[in-house]
Amino acid sequence: MIEIDWYLALSAILFTVGIIGVLIRKNAIVIFMSVELMLNAVNLSLLSFSSYHGNIDGQIFVFFSLAVAAAEAVVGLAIIIAIFRNNLSVDVSKINLLRW
Amino acid sequence: MVTYVFIFLALLALGAAVGMVVSKNTVNSALFLVLNMVALAGIYLILEAQFLAVIQVLVYAGAIMVLFLFVIMLLNLDAEESLFNKFRVKYFIAFLLGITVLSQILYSLGNISDMLPEISPEMAQVGTVEAVGDVLFTEYLLPFELTGILLTAAVVGALLIAQHNVKSAPKND
Repeated sequence: MIEIDWYLALSAILFTVGIIGVLIRKNAIVIFMSVELMLNAVNLSLLSFSSYHGNIDGQIFVFFSLAVAAAEAVVGLAIIIAIFRNNLSVDVSKINLLRW
Repeated sequence: MVTYVFIFLALLALGAAVGMVVSKNTVNSALFLVLNMVALAGIYLILEAQFLAVIQVLVYAGAIMVLFLFVIMLLNLDAEESLFNKFRVKYFIAFLLGITVLSQILYSLGNISDMLPEISPEMAQVGTVEAVGDVLFTEYLLPFELTGILLTAAVVGALLIAQHNVKSAPKND
């Protein structure tokens, strides 16, 4: 049987890949997908703790986090569409209206 | 056997995540993310969380990623220039920051590794639809209903933000 450490290590590595994705990409949609990847990594560690403790609460938490992630994706993509309509680009280095 | 399946799925998830970050075509990124989520659903199955594995495929790989693909097609983006055409200091710093975060997490995990839980005997009965639903509709009923309100608010907000209002708000660029 697999130790819980492996699940947590996988979760940490996926989270790190998400962080690097957020930092190096310029396309707003890919940045957004990297954020989804980080959410998934955290879900994995919640779920592994839930299973290894034999406690259902972690899974309920993951369920709610999925619902919040869905809401976040909907609103975020709407914002990206609105930005694209004004700027004709989703390159975050060109969205500098509020930057000084 | 389970160990090999876990290693396979973990490598698949990892490779798909890296592919998502480095591929220059946005559609490819989205498809890599779908692959990553399906692999994670397999890992959820190993963890005996059947309900969440199905939800992961239905909601994430199904609904959310279709939404992403729709937006990508709608915006009709050009492929970004490749990340590795020239070396940039920015990438190096980002990579360094990522390694720092990873080593912090792994260090703190190593410190508590003797306190981590062993495999629980009731692990097998925990993740069924029956068990999840039982808790969800009794103990967590109020948060569940609040989730419904949150999703409604998100849909209404998305409609408001994304709709094209021709009359008001003249373009100021």
